[in-house]
Amino acid sequence: MQADRLLVWVLRGGATLTALVMLLILVFLLFESWPALTGLSLIRFVTDAAWHPLEGAYHLMPMLLATLLASSGALMLAVPLGLASAVFIVFFASPRLAAVYKRLIELLAGIPSVVFGFWGLTTLAPLINEWHPPGASLLAAVLVLTLMVLPMITLTAYTAFVAVPDALLRNAAALGLSRWGMIVGVALPAARNGIIAGIILAAARALGETMAVLMVAGNVVQYPESIFDPVRTLAANIALEMAYAMDDHRAVLFVSGLLLMALVMVLSVLAGLFERHRHA
Amino acid sequence: MPEIIIPVSVRQKIRDFSLQGLMYLAVLLVSAVFVWLLADLVQGGMAHLSWTFLTESPRDAGRSGGIASILVSTLLILLIALIAAIPLAWATAVLLAEFVPIDSRFGRIVRFSLYVLAGVPSIVFGLFGNAFFSIYLGFGFSILSGGLTLACMLLPILTSTAEAGMRAVPDAYRLSAAALGMTRTAALIHLIFPAAAPALAAGLLIGIGRALAETAALLFTSGYVDRMPDSLLDSGRALALHIFDLSMNVPGGDMPAYAAALVLVSLLLGINSLAMMFAHGLQRRRILT
Amino acid sequence: MNGNHDAFTLGPLETGPACCVPHPLIQVRNLSLQYDGKTALDTITLDIYQGCITALIGPSGCGKTSFLSTINRLTDLIPRCNVTGQILVGGQDIRHPNCDVQTLRRRIGMVFQKPVPFPLSIRRNLSLPLNEHGVTRKNEVAAIIEQVLRDVGLWNEVHDRLDASALSLSGGQQQRLCIARALALNPEILLMDEPCSALDPMASGVVEDLICRLQGRYTIVIVTHNLAQARRIANYAAFFWVRERAGQLVEFGRSQQIFESPRHELTAAYVNGSRG
Repeated sequence: MQADRLLVWVLRGGATLTALVMLLILVFLLFESWPALTGLSLIRFVTDAAWHPLEGAYHLMPMLLATLLASSGALMLAVPLGLASAVFIVFFASPRLAAVYKRLIELLAGIPSVVFGFWGLTTLAPLINEWHPPGASLLAAVLVLTLMVLPMITLTAYTAFVAVPDALLRNAAALGLSRWGMIVGVALPAARNGIIAGIILAAARALGETMAVLMVAGNVVQYPESIFDPVRTLAANIALEMAYAMDDHRAVLFVSGLLLMALVMVLSVLAGLFERHRHA
Repeated sequence: MPEIIIPVSVRQKIRDFSLQGLMYLAVLLVSAVFVWLLADLVQGGMAHLSWTFLTESPRDAGRSGGIASILVSTLLILLIALIAAIPLAWATAVLLAEFVPIDSRFGRIVRFSLYVLAGVPSIVFGLFGNAFFSIYLGFGFSILSGGLTLACMLLPILTSTAEAGMRAVPDAYRLSAAALGMTRTAALIHLIFPAAAPALAAGLLIGIGRALAETAALLFTSGYVDRMPDSLLDSGRALALHIFDLSMNVPGGDMPAYAAALVLVSLLLGINSLAMMFAHGLQRRRILT
Repeated sequence: MNGNHDAFTLGPLETGPACCVPHPLIQVRNLSLQYDGKTALDTITLDIYQGCITALIGPSGCGKTSFLSTINRLTDLIPRCNVTGQILVGGQDIRHPNCDVQTLRRRIGMVFQKPVPFPLSIRRNLSLPLNEHGVTRKNEVAAIIEQVLRDVGLWNEVHDRLDASALSLSGGQQQRLCIARALALNPEILLMDEPCSALDPMASGVVEDLICRLQGRYTIVIVTHNLAQARRIANYAAFFWVRERAGQLVEFGRSQQIFESPRHELTAAYVNGSRG
């Protein structure tokens, strides 16, 4: 009993520390952003003429837009591909082929972002360059991000499909539904919440991705006119400028970090809600 | 599939047919891109990869020489991360799985905080690590800062895998052990940890994989220096960061970058497969018992 | 601690065994139990006699298992479970803060419905609880293991593969191993929660014989849904009934009396198979 009580206290200590990490991160981000949040008027992130941090011009909008464009572009490609992959694994492939393909997707999920970026930089960007220079562009970022979030969407959709009760599908089949009728009419609605949660998490991942985008997007701060224009995302901007940022500039970078985190937090809480409803 | 007696409308047939075609197209596309990527890596990497590449330190900004010092730094960062994260994560997991009711307030707060932590982008961890470990605690750009930053990143995955593993241990063991007058501590050490070991190992491997793949969080915590580190307070360049630096900042660094990428991917695939094996073994054992 | 094992000769159950003495070993007074604020046991008062087999019978959900778990305080492990009332074991209040629960559970063995061998070797299943209670001398442990395995009739079946996984045993063997594991701690009391119901008829018969042979040496409280079994093995029977989701004790008496001339009409209906 004595040993148990001691153990629980030790464990509680550990768990409290663990929970405090999140708080600590928030506190330090706020602490470092404070000069910008109080000293600069926030409207300047929108109204400043351009992003010239060394001259004190902090126009964040092009980077925010680029972040959103790259992520939504990637989702537009990855959602259909990922869903198709999950449907293939669950409903069409032979058990053997399903195992092989699922393993392939899992391996894809395990490839680090820097390798995706590297591959995009050495293979994808030159290809795009031949088609429409300069190559390092919004399009390249979208394609690389697609590859990165596709496994996530596939695997969460897979889990959601597998969780659909067999009885539902058997009943649908007994009603004479074709296999696609069954998938579209029964399996997809039944798995909906799980799939949506997966897509939201994928969106969060895409928004926060740094290295791969940094390596292929060209990193020019501008509103892109076409998908072939180079862009710079918020995360990439932090990675590029932290090394030499001072004072207000540094604080502004922390603000953009805070902004990213807020976006991602909202998304993951949203995903959590969908996830919970799946079990309800 | 049962035979359908009622003639299916042509429209429905067209729909089914085109959906099926699109699905196979998607699957082929994904497979092809993946094979392309892997083939590219292997082809590019094998050309430069050799034994000396692994045993020599980089020279001329990495254009020649190897990655020995990089591997050492990577390993040290990883070790720091694990040493810091494992006790915290597993203590949290034991508490959540064994000692607090699933819907208690404390448990909910801890779980929610970990859930949010799991979603934090790695660049934000980098910002935090820079502000807290490097500057506030004064560790500077060092292996220690990088490792501790990674430790924060690993907490959610290590905790959730361990908690799930321990929850999967049947309650009957806990009741039986208690009925035999064993303390909960004894039951934990002798029964629950051994039974959950494969899950713990799988989670650990997944965590190691994440740590090895991480770049953005290390950019401004462990730094860029590619020398062999003398102490934990030295800056040390991780393998993933090395690939980034070679390809972005070093003209002519593509070949060694390919080789380094191949090394990293092989390492990760190996670790990943091992983790799957553990997880799979766990499943099979559960069916048997 | 071995001496006690030789004090009794194990034999088939005689009618009206001398070793069952009408001396209350467990005294339950006004025991109530709530899960999550909902009453599951309602003011139970009951004496369990030393060396006797007491069967708890009654329909599902009438709190028999909950009652069993309060005696060795396994209810401590259940969150938001509230126990009131008094339980004396050998005159000692087990719910008193000074009562060490580990020692209490050593005195009171428990066998569950489904056999729960730990995923360890047969030997380790028996030695682990012994080690935890401070019995660490190898010879002593080995002697106890042999003794209890003989007691449950497993020795001949497993003595040459003590290091095999306990999970490799059959269901009936697993249950006997679990009984042996409880006996190894030399308890005074054995709580059995439907120990035969998850077994096939053959294995069930073996375990039932075993329980009969343990009578006298141990005070046994057994929950069973099998009325024929209760009639065969029990000296005393307690009939529980559920009223508004709360379990109540309806009648307690000598097993013969409960089954042949029940005083309460619910008991009569239940043992005659018309209700429950």
